[in-house]
Amino acid sequence: MSVLPENRSETVFKDFKPALTAKQAIVEANRCLYCADAPCIKACPTSINIPEFIRKIGTGNVAGSAKTIFESNVLGSSCARICPVEVLCVGDCVYNEMGVPPIEIGKLQRYATDTAIAEGWEFFEAGPDTGKSVGLIGGGPASLAAAHRLRRFGHRVTIYESRQILGGLNTYGIAPYKLRADAAVDEIEWLMKIGGIEVKTGVSVPVDLSWDALLAKHDALFMGFGLGPDSAMALPGGDLAGVEGAVEWIERMKLGLVDVSSIRHALVIGGGNTAMDAVRELCGLGVQNVSLVYRGTEAAMSGYAHEWTEAKNEGVAALWQTLPVAFEGTSGLCATRCVRLDEAKRPIAGSEFTIPSDLALIAIGQAKIGDLCAGLGIALDTGKVVVGPGGQTTHPKVFAGGDCVSGGQEVVNAVAEGRDAAIAMDALFREGRL
Amino acid sequence: MLSPTKPGFKKPDLTSNTGGIISPNPFWLASAPPANSGGQIMRAFDAGWGGAVWKTLGQPIQNVSSRFGAVGWNGRNGVGFNNIELITDRPLETNFREIYEVKKRYPNHAVIVSLMVETREEWKEIIQRSEDAGADGLELNFGCPHGMCERGMGSAVGQEPKINERITGWAKEFAKVPVLVKLTPNVGDIRPHGLAAKRGGADGVSLINTIKSIIGVDIDTFVPQPIVGNLSTNGGYCGVAVRPIALHMCASLAREPDFRLPISGIGGIANWRDAVEFMLLGSSSVQVCTEVMLKGYRIVEDMIQGLEGWMMDKGFTKLDDFVGKSIPHYSEWGDLDLNYETVAKINPVSCIGCQLCMVACDDGAHQCIHPNADAAIRVPVVDESECVGCNLCQIVCPVQGCITMEPVANGFPTASWNDHVEHGKVLRPKKGAH
Ligand SMILES: Cc1cc2nc3c(=O)[nH]c(=O)nc-3n(C[C@H](O)[C@H](O)[C@H](O)COP(=O)(O)OP(=O)(O)OC[C@H]3O[C@@H](n4cnc5c(N)ncnc54)[C@H](O)[C@@H]3O)c2cc1C
Ligand SMILES: Cc1cc2nc3c(=O)[nH]c(=O)nc-3n(C[C@H](O)[C@H](O)[C@H](O)COP(=O)(O)O)c2cc1C
Ligand code: SF4
Ligand code: SF4
Ligand code: SF4
Repeated sequence: MSVLPENRSETVFKDFKPALTAKQAIVEANRCLYCADAPCIKACPTSINIPEFIRKIGTGNVAGSAKTIFESNVLGSSCARICPVEVLCVGDCVYNEMGVPPIEIGKLQRYATDTAIAEGWEFFEAGPDTGKSVGLIGGGPASLAAAHRLRRFGHRVTIYESRQILGGLNTYGIAPYKLRADAAVDEIEWLMKIGGIEVKTGVSVPVDLSWDALLAKHDALFMGFGLGPDSAMALPGGDLAGVEGAVEWIERMKLGLVDVSSIRHALVIGGGNTAMDAVRELCGLGVQNVSLVYRGTEAAMSGYAHEWTEAKNEGVAALWQTLPVAFEGTSGLCATRCVRLDEAKRPIAGSEFTIPSDLALIAIGQAKIGDLCAGLGIALDTGKVVVGPGGQTTHPKVFAGGDCVSGGQEVVNAVAEGRDAAIAMDALFREGRL
Repeated sequence: MLSPTKPGFKKPDLTSNTGGIISPNPFWLASAPPANSGGQIMRAFDAGWGGAVWKTLGQPIQNVSSRFGAVGWNGRNGVGFNNIELITDRPLETNFREIYEVKKRYPNHAVIVSLMVETREEWKEIIQRSEDAGADGLELNFGCPHGMCERGMGSAVGQEPKINERITGWAKEFAKVPVLVKLTPNVGDIRPHGLAAKRGGADGVSLINTIKSIIGVDIDTFVPQPIVGNLSTNGGYCGVAVRPIALHMCASLAREPDFRLPISGIGGIANWRDAVEFMLLGSSSVQVCTEVMLKGYRIVEDMIQGLEGWMMDKGFTKLDDFVGKSIPHYSEWGDLDLNYETVAKINPVSCIGCQLCMVACDDGAHQCIHPNADAAIRVPVVDESECVGCNLCQIVCPVQGCITMEPVANGFPTASWNDHVEHGKVLRPKKGAH
């Protein structure tokens, strides 16, 4: 795995949700009711035993607490920071019903897992070798969770990753005020201590390695290749310097340096969570004027309300019911021509206007790239891989999970799906059916 | 920070032996509602409990409704717990059949049957039936402080060393499995009662049972709690609030040179730390009732993990490495060093300026914590020349570790009261006695 460069634009960001001190953690842990059949567990896609890990913080058994978390979610430290807990575990804490602030589950999870990683505690051992081998395509959260669980069962695993660095979007896509790339990489290095996870970076499947070769080498395959490049807007001027895909720009900002010193006005086009992140990232890097341009209303935006509230607090402006129609400029972007939309998202005649802009990040989604496994003959649905129980595709030896199946969810969903596919593969291996 | 369970790390051996009763770990359910039936005990064993003392068997009784009461503190329910229930209300045949089933399915777990009957013949019969059902040990309930004692059983036996010795003698005459005597704390000094059990031939003792109590009074209806119509009665007190009393009784017997029998510690154990304290004061196994009633069998996972982590941290490989280890540190008041001197130190960095220490010292101790001379600073100042080292400020301080009690090098050699009286050793000048 290649190392991260020291100089990265993301390093200027501080944690938006600061870590708890040991004292704060104990006070908060002792507030948890240790509910039975707890709703917070049900709201966690990886079903972490939340009351149990919190109780263990309270009794001083921090190692046991971290073990409980990683047992269900091997990216428990990343997820502690990046999960939208407001709509997951914390949102369902019973204290909400009482009108009392809910337990800070994410922060407690971070306290336990960060301690474990910092102390170098290890909890998991690879199982005895079964001789079975699985190839995993993509080195993001889904594949990492699958690979780790497969190793615990004693199966051999190889991850094929087209980039030079592991972790997928968890390493190069997450807003740095939630999780910086170095912390993401630390967690991956920690989970690799189980041993035997073979990694081949710089291998793009099937270009560099054919499906036939992979099927010949492995007893089963796991598709965890996520989504493709940012969807583009086919507009005049779309190829001007200064018009970029948001996810691509975020990756450059996280893994290297982006120069925003000359940007006076940046636009982010879209209304999803990538757009929410991008506007806050631009603000955090010091861009004076940042505007969100969204074709729908504020209420209709798919980005989380709690994220947008913070964006507004940080000074982001918004143009609702607005659609860019052309990017203008000679050597680079200078302005963006837009049109207002009505309720039915139809352009309103004569409403065109131009706003000055020297950077426009397009955040209208990422391409679904399921087609890349068309050669395997597995069923796809609008570019997403179709799976049944345990993540099995229509090809009995091929499993899949994460964004390439869902079309784009959270890291915690990718971890759950990768882990569950590993459990399903293991069962089939043991029954001699794979 | 506790060590984790590292792969390849040898886990300590938690096997416990209490007077010949062997269990895979020292955690037993106390004879009480959590150990009322076979189905419950099997679930408890599945959760990790090493043993269970069956709900006391005898002539089945009729219970009242309602029957429990509790005191809460600072948002925590059940810090102290009280009950007026009696021994089993289920037919003896049912209990014995279930004991048989539990032992058949869990041959390596300890099932101890608690008994309470009156006549020699009854003791003979019930012991025979318990052993036939597969009991690994017997516990003679000489402790129940309500209902049964009025019938000449329970604490009526436990409070009379002669009767205790006689009935223990009967039990030893009839029993082939080890016999523990469960002692009542409703006595001035526990030692004569432990010694009576020893003379009767007991293999060990369990303590404590519940403490006579009235948990509260409804100030609207004037009826004490728990209410039974318009009456109530005194009950038995237990839960974390009784732990200090139980620890003292455990230690009193453990350090009694004539006693030297194994002890199963009970009373207010809520987590692994509490269990460790009992073991350090001489308990070979520990029993839990209230915390299980409040939180369920699941608490044992952390108890086991926490104990293992603590043992690994201290380098202990088996329970005998530390059972009784604190006994040499428990002495008579007359042997304490009167020249040992501590003073309170406030850490100005962690102090939050609540000044609880100041009011406590002013009104409840020796008036030696004063406001800072600079009115803008809320960190109070300890006058060390006046501080008697009582710990009160440290106890009231809400910030863990903020006030520390630091030993003072006062130049006086060790001198206890006994040294002073017998050998004329010099005592340091008194502080705060003007
Ligand atoms: C801007 C942004 C912000 C986000 N913020 C959050 C957040 O705050 N919290 C949260 O929980 N989730 C967030 N997500 C979503 C989250 O990152 C994804 O759901 C998650 O990373 C999906 O994991 P995955 O393993 O399925 O795919 P990915 O993380 O996309 O990993 C796929 C990997 O496969 C590799 N790959 C692709 N094609 C090939 C090929 N042909 N051959 C070999 N390797 C290949 C890629 O290089 C990549 O490393 C965010 C997503 C984006 C875009
Ligand atoms: C509701 C209730 C019923 C109990 N019944 C019995 C009993 O039948 N026999 C017995 O020996 N002790 C009985 N006890 C006492 C417990 O076994 C135990 O000694 C006591 O509660 C102290 O432990 P704790 O603080 O963990 O609860 C009972 C306690 C409670 C709360
Ligand atoms: S719902 Fe809230 S209080 Fe209950 S266990 Fe979960 S975090 Fe604790
Ligand atoms: S705990 Fe169960 S048995 Fe007891 S009063 Fe409540 S509902 Fe009834
Ligand atoms: S009680 Fe503790 S926190 Fe409060 S003023 Fe005293 S030292 Fe400071």
